[in-house]
Amino acid sequence: MSTATLQPTYNYKVVRQFAIMAVVWAIVGMGMGLFIATQMVFPELNLDLPWTSFGRLRPLHTNAVIFAFGGCVLYATSYYVVQRTCQATLALPKLASFTFWGWQLVIVLAAITLPMGMTSTKEYAELEWPIDILIAIVWISYAIVFFGTIMKRKAKHIYVANWFFGAFIITVAVLHIVNSAAVPVSLTKSYSAYAGAMDAAVQWWYGHNAVGFFLTAGFLGMMYYFVPKQAERPVYSYRLSIVHFWALIAIYIWAGPHHLHYTALPDWAQSLGMVMSLILLAPSWGGMINGIMTLSGAWHKLRTDPILRFLVVSLSFYGMSTFEGPMMAIKTVNALSHYTDWTIGHVHSGALGWVAMVSFGSLYHMIPKVCGREQMYSVGMINAHFWLATIGTVLYVVAMWVNGITQGLMWRAVNNDGTLTYSFIESVSASHFGYVVRAIGGAFFVLGVLIMAYNVYRTVKLGSENQQEGEVQASPAQTA
Amino acid sequence: MDINDLRGLSTVFAMIAFLAVFFWAYSGRKKRDFDEAASLPFTDDTAHINTQDACSAINAFSGTKAEHADKDKGAI
Repeated sequence: MSTATLQPTYNYKVVRQFAIMAVVWAIVGMGMGLFIATQMVFPELNLDLPWTSFGRLRPLHTNAVIFAFGGCVLYATSYYVVQRTCQATLALPKLASFTFWGWQLVIVLAAITLPMGMTSTKEYAELEWPIDILIAIVWISYAIVFFGTIMKRKAKHIYVANWFFGAFIITVAVLHIVNSAAVPVSLTKSYSAYAGAMDAAVQWWYGHNAVGFFLTAGFLGMMYYFVPKQAERPVYSYRLSIVHFWALIAIYIWAGPHHLHYTALPDWAQSLGMVMSLILLAPSWGGMINGIMTLSGAWHKLRTDPILRFLVVSLSFYGMSTFEGPMMAIKTVNALSHYTDWTIGHVHSGALGWVAMVSFGSLYHMIPKVCGREQMYSVGMINAHFWLATIGTVLYVVAMWVNGITQGLMWRAVNNDGTLTYSFIESVSASHFGYVVRAIGGAFFVLGVLIMAYNVYRTVKLGSENQQEGEVQASPAQTA
Repeated sequence: MDINDLRGLSTVFAMIAFLAVFFWAYSGRKKRDFDEAASLPFTDDTAHINTQDACSAINAFSGTKAEHADKDKGAI
């Protein structure tokens, strides 16, 4: 097989490691989500222990799903896509391997420190300063490996997926380093370098762009590779993808203040955040339309291909939540929705419907390829996972919409004499049924992930059996 | 002319930047380049025999330079 020397041999080891850990962390993170959702139904499940209380496990859930699951998927797919679209093997394989082990160490440290109550109290940036430094080192290494690979490319162009991955890597580095600036007072405690309303502005500049770049730009990079690949046709409009890219990254960065409506943040900044959030609808939908229209002429594939179904439904949820987001950013709507479960519903229509589903679709496409298989062990199981995930997400989101609007209306209801119609606890009781439905939806979703894990396990096992079989085959081939 | 004029003008600059990107992307002379770029996810399918994929995966798995094609891979 002399062709082996003519073609680049891609580095799939690190891709496979991240892909498998993505599935492991999906079980942990989403399982944790299900557990704390059940705590909202049965408060006794906090077990009366500080380590298992909602307040400590909630950041563990968000960190595990965003940074452990989402992060591993992003590393795996970006390393895979950049190699294949540049036709170059990964630059600096040792550093790539370091990003894997470093990132796993970050996750393990998070899993230890958060239940112990060590937190910087910044949402989605709760980890304390020594871990923040480790994240920064790993992330810069990631940037070096990724852009190093792009510099090695054989193709003339840099494919649009790599633009999105690149923007995501650079922006997250900037966001993380700026927002995590802190004054340490001990190994496990620090105080933010910013004060008051400025601290809040920096935090939500970070927080919303964690959504915009970590959970959107990176996953759009996946969309631009895996949707065309699975549909077996190039992206609907490459020109639109360029306008989409520049418009999206230019506008997202301004939307953060909508998290701080009616707070101490200056009013003009709130209005700016609201307007930029509204404008954001245009590039978001441009990208969604570009992804969905890639299927034009191949719609029939949806009938038989559950992987493509995952990808297309993820784009539908992306379109839905990027419509809902700008609406909720309007100050008068936000006056109703803020601090209610509507926000949780919105986040999860994006997180479960868009981020997780596009990840599942991409992993199902990629895992067999990096394990030397043609297809996943069971297509039927992918289909089962698809329906469990879809039904679970719909149950979750609808329950939170109903709860959110109920809470918002109850909190703002006043009697003729100006006193509040309802006490807070009445709105909590009114939400109980929604919490039950939400937990059921979450259970559907977690069950789907467990099926995926089994399917992945069998696929990887078949892949390594092939390898052993291949070694036996190898000797006659070499003598021939 | 004070800082607020610059703030107001920034809206105009952003608009110009957007239009520039838009017209650049949709100009006729870029069409061939973009078609080439759009086909990048597929070029390595034609450039590579699919057995190569399997081979590299196996190499990565075992960490050795196994030079063989898996027998059921040629059918992809």
